[in-house]
Amino acid sequence: MNDLVFFINKGLLSGMIIGSIYAMGAIGVTMIFGILRFAHFAHGDLMTLGAFVTLIIAALLASAGVVLPFPIAFAAIIPAMAVTAVLAIGLDKMFYKPLRNAGARPVVLVMASVGVTLMLQGLIRLFAGVRARDMFIDQPKDIFQIPFPGATRAMILTEPQIVLIGFTVVAVLALHLFLTRSRLGKAMRAVSDNPELARITGINTNHVVWATWIIGGGLACAAGSLLSMDVTLKPDLSFNILLPIFAATIVGGIGQPYGAIAGGFLVGFCETLAVFNWSVLLRPIKDSLWFELPRNMALVPTEYKLMVPFVILIIVLIYRPTGIFRGRVL
Amino acid sequence: MEGNLFERNRRDLTLFAGLALLVAIIFLTQGSVYSLRMLVEAGCYAMIALGLTIQWGYAGLFNVGVMGFIAAGAASSVLITFPTNPDFWNSNGPQLVAMFLVKLAFSAILLWLANVSGRFGVGRRLRGLLIVIAIAVAYLVLSAHMTTMAEQIEENSGWIGGLGLPVLVGWIVAGVVAGVIAWFVGKICLGLRSDYLAIATLGIAQIIKHFLKNADWLTRGTLTVSPLPWPVEMPSGGEFIMARASYLSLVAIAVVIIYLLLERAYNAPWGRMMRAIRDNETAAEAMGKDVTSRRIEIFVLGSVLMGFGGAMLIHFASIYDPSGFLDLNHTFLIWVMVILGGSGNNRGAIFGAIFVYIVWVMSEPITLALFDVIRTYGVAWFDWEPPSDFNSRALQMRVFVIGLTITLVLRFAPRGLLPERQARH
Repeated sequence: MNDLVFFINKGLLSGMIIGSIYAMGAIGVTMIFGILRFAHFAHGDLMTLGAFVTLIIAALLASAGVVLPFPIAFAAIIPAMAVTAVLAIGLDKMFYKPLRNAGARPVVLVMASVGVTLMLQGLIRLFAGVRARDMFIDQPKDIFQIPFPGATRAMILTEPQIVLIGFTVVAVLALHLFLTRSRLGKAMRAVSDNPELARITGINTNHVVWATWIIGGGLACAAGSLLSMDVTLKPDLSFNILLPIFAATIVGGIGQPYGAIAGGFLVGFCETLAVFNWSVLLRPIKDSLWFELPRNMALVPTEYKLMVPFVILIIVLIYRPTGIFRGRVL
Repeated sequence: MEGNLFERNRRDLTLFAGLALLVAIIFLTQGSVYSLRMLVEAGCYAMIALGLTIQWGYAGLFNVGVMGFIAAGAASSVLITFPTNPDFWNSNGPQLVAMFLVKLAFSAILLWLANVSGRFGVGRRLRGLLIVIAIAVAYLVLSAHMTTMAEQIEENSGWIGGLGLPVLVGWIVAGVVAGVIAWFVGKICLGLRSDYLAIATLGIAQIIKHFLKNADWLTRGTLTVSPLPWPVEMPSGGEFIMARASYLSLVAIAVVIIYLLLERAYNAPWGRMMRAIRDNETAAEAMGKDVTSRRIEIFVLGSVLMGFGGAMLIHFASIYDPSGFLDLNHTFLIWVMVILGGSGNNRGAIFGAIFVYIVWVMSEPITLALFDVIRTYGVAWFDWEPPSDFNSRALQMRVFVIGLTITLVLRFAPRGLLPERQARH
């Protein structure tokens, strides 16, 4: 039974955690892809930026003497999301909009976003250095142990992980309601489906673009902050997290927010299950096996974890470029 | 015609004259040994930039994984040219590697059979299932073999060592390996939109680097391999100038040959077709051009040059260290070279490579000096306590500047310093 708990902890729960992070990143990327029609390479650094904004706001609140029954960093996420959304709109105004207006090819926008990612990376490291930081300023993380029937070990969840899972559920529901019920949400879907037709029918494209960046920036900030709370805040997310997020986007189908959520969890679970040592699960029945149980039965060695999203990406591109939810092939 | 020729090339001549002046100043102030090293490296970068300029400038393909192709080329050249490791050849290592190659070949055949099974009346679903089974079996067999192979080789002989072949062979193999990788990537992504290529090349570059860093049995991983042989006399007894000068001439000859070939190709029907595809894909397709295969062609060609240039670069450094391959230095710096110099213009790529590399090398002391001033005045006037990692942070400023240059050039000078000259036929 202990082995099963180990599997739940290391395989299922951590897959769900990292899957939520990927899902939130991928929602932003897929909406930018669908509405602005380019792959946003600066999303990883937007996440780091959001996490730093959260840290700064939390530090300000703490120095102002605010005391809350839960760690201040959680409260700081909401204003940080707003700030990051504004920053994202600012980046769009400064770097992407002029190119769009000049009628540049989408690939030029992709390149500009690479330029933006380097600028963000440089600035963050210039002002914050590369050392790891703790998002909880002098406050310990609560760790919950959930007893599992018939096992001496318990399932372990930390406070930020619970917030993360709750936040993802709320964010997904809110996004669903926004996209299906509100005028702006419907307009966004229309632009994503057919930009020319949407413009002719009088949809204000500017508002749609802003909404895209607000959703993308806000979710990137939340994902970055919660990920850094779960581990530590280090400015090295950028390219390493970009690949799984893009994989999730394409698996889910470009321009499909629900696809992005499914893709995010799929990539997250695949990653953790691929590096999970399966021999742990077989150990209890090792006497009845016909072969000698190897020490390590992970499908992929941990150092090649990055292979997993890449392989998923390749398989999808070969056999179903539209993704599971039938997004578009741009 | 004489004056006309001068008129037409005035911009090129001015810029290259300015570059020559810059190089001369560096020679006078920094000494020949240092300047020669810088020029050799700039020449290698020029080769890589030529590879990128044909991908981006001729065909509009966005490759974010230049670093991966450089690293793959460098590693294969190391394996070809480094002296043999007798321990490996006396152990069971060669058998293991041979077995691995046999299994690899079998897996490839199996996969190919599953892939073409549709032609023999196998249904779509069954074919998909067959492919999945083939991939799974091949992966399990190969990864199991690789694990034991890696363990045994590392235990018995450390690593497999090189083959001890001439350096020029190594460089050519470097190009071939990079080209083969590019072919696979292109085959998968080039039928789709260019963003997919960007994502896939980004991934493949990270994976190649991860693999090279962790594959201790193959390339000693992070333990580094040195000294790598040179195609010319190695510097011995402090005699750097002659050795570096001859290396430089070799690199320069290679760059010039490639440049002339590329110019020829650009003005040939093939180059015209490439530009037609780049400028209007639909029209080119309507004319009966096979857009995807032409793109694969040029993507492979560009990557061959990148692998070749990477091998030249690593042999000159004489030490192979997989952690030394960085996205910043080996992908984005080259992007700046190409778009600043003028994409689609080979002379622009060469100019951009040399100019940007010189600026890049010089920027390190300049940034540090600049931030030293900031620190001095910050401490003196504002009682500011600079962080302990101030210098390493200061160098991050260069990352910012590279990003800023990319965005500014794209917005205000999308054609670069030496714009592409549309040939009129």
